[in-house]
Amino acid sequence: MTMRIPVSALIGLTMMAFFFCLAVFAPLIAPYGIGEVVGDVWEPMSAKHWLGTDNIGRDLLTRMIYGARTTIFIASAATVLSFTLGTLLALSAVVLGGWVDMALSRFIDLIMTIPTLIFALVVLSVVPTSILILIVLMGLLDTTRVYRLARAVAVDINVMDYVEAARLRGEGTSWIVLREILPNALSPLVAELGLRFIFMVLFISTLSFLGLGVLPPDTDWGAIVKENKEGLVYGIPAALAPAVAIATLAISVNLVADWVLNRTTSLKGGRNA
Amino acid sequence: MREAVAHNLVEIRGLKIGATVFTPGEKPKDVEIVHGVDLNLEKGKVLGLIGESGAGKSTIGLSTLAYGRGGIRITGGEIFINGIDILKNSVGELRDLRGRQVTYVSQSAAAGFNPSKRLMDQVVESCLSHKLCSRKEAEERAVTLFRKLGLPDPENFGKRYPHQVSGGQLQRAMTAMALCPEPDLVIFDEPTTALDVTTQIDVLASIKEAIQDTGVGAIYITHDLAVVAQVSDHIMVLQHGRMVEYGTTDQIINNPQKDYTRALVSIRSTIHDETPAKGEPVLKLNNVSARYRGLNFDVVKDVTLEIHPSQTLAVVGESGSGKSTLARVMTGLLPLRQGSVSFNGETLPAALEERSKEQLRELQMIYQMADVAMNPRQTIETIIGRPLEFYFGMQGAEKRARVIELLDEIELGESFLKRYPAELSGGQKQRVCIARALAAKPRLIICDEVTSALDPLVADGILKLLLNLQEIEHVSYLFITHDLATVRAIADTIAVMYQGNVVRYGPKSKVLEPPFDDYTDLLLSSVPEMKLGWLEDVISTRKMDSAGN
Repeated sequence: MTMRIPVSALIGLTMMAFFFCLAVFAPLIAPYGIGEVVGDVWEPMSAKHWLGTDNIGRDLLTRMIYGARTTIFIASAATVLSFTLGTLLALSAVVLGGWVDMALSRFIDLIMTIPTLIFALVVLSVVPTSILILIVLMGLLDTTRVYRLARAVAVDINVMDYVEAARLRGEGTSWIVLREILPNALSPLVAELGLRFIFMVLFISTLSFLGLGVLPPDTDWGAIVKENKEGLVYGIPAALAPAVAIATLAISVNLVADWVLNRTTSLKGGRNA
Repeated sequence: MREAVAHNLVEIRGLKIGATVFTPGEKPKDVEIVHGVDLNLEKGKVLGLIGESGAGKSTIGLSTLAYGRGGIRITGGEIFINGIDILKNSVGELRDLRGRQVTYVSQSAAAGFNPSKRLMDQVVESCLSHKLCSRKEAEERAVTLFRKLGLPDPENFGKRYPHQVSGGQLQRAMTAMALCPEPDLVIFDEPTTALDVTTQIDVLASIKEAIQDTGVGAIYITHDLAVVAQVSDHIMVLQHGRMVEYGTTDQIINNPQKDYTRALVSIRSTIHDETPAKGEPVLKLNNVSARYRGLNFDVVKDVTLEIHPSQTLAVVGESGSGKSTLARVMTGLLPLRQGSVSFNGETLPAALEERSKEQLRELQMIYQMADVAMNPRQTIETIIGRPLEFYFGMQGAEKRARVIELLDEIELGESFLKRYPAELSGGQKQRVCIARALAAKPRLIICDEVTSALDPLVADGILKLLLNLQEIEHVSYLFITHDLATVRAIADTIAVMYQGNVVRYGPKSKVLEPPFDDYTDLLLSSVPEMKLGWLEDVISTRKMDSAGN
């Protein structure tokens, strides 16, 4: 099957590949060490320091590359966690129905009534901050959103005759969830995956900006904005670099997600085939 | 270029209609779906367009509005309405044409009405938007039409919302909506297909009367030749976007010239000879009652039935009669409230979860809508292979060999193994569902309206296949249907259901012979016959109104 990738998706894919390469190979690419002070405070861009230096004279490009690593790693891990958990819980709730569905859905609603950021701030002020804690916390909080969407999608599929046919055959819950419902729920979920990933990037950046996210010597894009924000007053653009990076990543992921959604729905046997 | 003949309301010459097909993984390609059709319709006459799905009949019908559904466009030919070539019309002129000179009645009235507006507002809408008359006059017209169409309480009918009236009434309201602006031409696109057989005849009669009274010209689109024979003056038979035959209704019904037309006329002639029941019943329902949660009445009331080996029991009735509920009780999806179901002599547990794998295996089901009965993400091999794997533990080559054997039995063959349901036609899909049921080697298959979503010729093929398979596999069928022609074709025993009760039950020969009870009489007489003047005869001799009224 030949596959034509639209230009928009191609741009998105290239940008994403670029960011992910930065993240994976950060120690190899970065020109300096992560905490190394190599120049004056807020030096302008130069051949030596492509993006200039930050508020205490570290190479900004190096900081950005290491920041990408942390940001993308945490966001990806949290997205994977929230998707796996949210989808499985939602699909099982729909298939089992009755009080399981009721209890789980109401519990999720309850969690959703608490603003995510405030919830996170409260938890992080009690437990010690570590990357693992951040991932689990963000993943669990976002599970509620994924659960809601996946449940809505699965309710539609659950009433299809082929699911009933499987039930009449005597199939167990795991077959119905994984083989009958999940493949048909994937396309809207994959599109949502892109969006949720971006929300994760924004979330971790927000937390770091507020000083509750990634702790030094590690850094991420939110933390770089925080460190350099005073510079803006003096007309120093260092804080803009991570902001631009966040925006670019968000857009490129969305371009890809759009394409994936289009593709999967017109796939053989897709909903609009 | 020849000018249009003056007395022709519609004149279509060399109409070609194309569409763009988006096959996954391939470049979009243009295909022609109507290949040069000519037709004429005089003022005040009715033309029936008939053909299977994909014949292009709806597409041609809509082209008289210079309109094509998503992706469809008119690529050639001329369409004259009242002598004007509408394909040359500007957008503004088309707006004047649509909803004023030409109106449209769709198959699904329920989807055609806005559920949040009262019927009257919607019926008079086109009159008002075309500024044909004042609101008061339009409402008077609507009330007159409601009366003409036999709607209850015509003065106040328009105050109701769409969900407050029955399906048959809604279809009539839609006819009123189409007739309200006093158009020259109305397109009826399968207006009675979605209705119950007993309701269909009332709607059909009132549509016919309204057409005659108002003197409007009409194009009546349907796949049911017997229906179109009742209302139209001329009939055009279409197949694959080409005209097969055109003639007066009398000639098409009584003296068809082409093989295809002959096949359509003789469609309901398959008859399976009744075989006497022998052996212990496979399935027995003893005084079964059932209701859905939240209802305070039984949907199925005190039903007692038996199905014998290698026999077919047809359960017939209109929608809401409880026949599908009966199937849900047998399969255990809806636990019964009273009575018992015994299978192979032992009582079946009421709930699905308590039944053994063996009990589940022996009772299989085939659904009405084959497209939603198969997982769109599984190949045919997986779909048919799963019961083999699940019940008999077959794997690999053994499983595949059996799947191919089953594919041969349903006359499809090995090349279908790797296909997905979306790549199959309606009839092929239903065949795969049959193979899936057979794979379990069941003793009884419940067939829930398995042919009602299919074209008549395809449905005929499915019925023949089912009868053949019954001889080979010695399986019993419980056949749920509203179509008496199907019942005649396949049943050994018949149960007629009405409002949850079995009103008549016995061998086919007895049930279909007089004397009838009132309901069976109504049901039998409502099945359209390939005969001119049948509609008038029936309406004048009926004893009982249909339940939908």
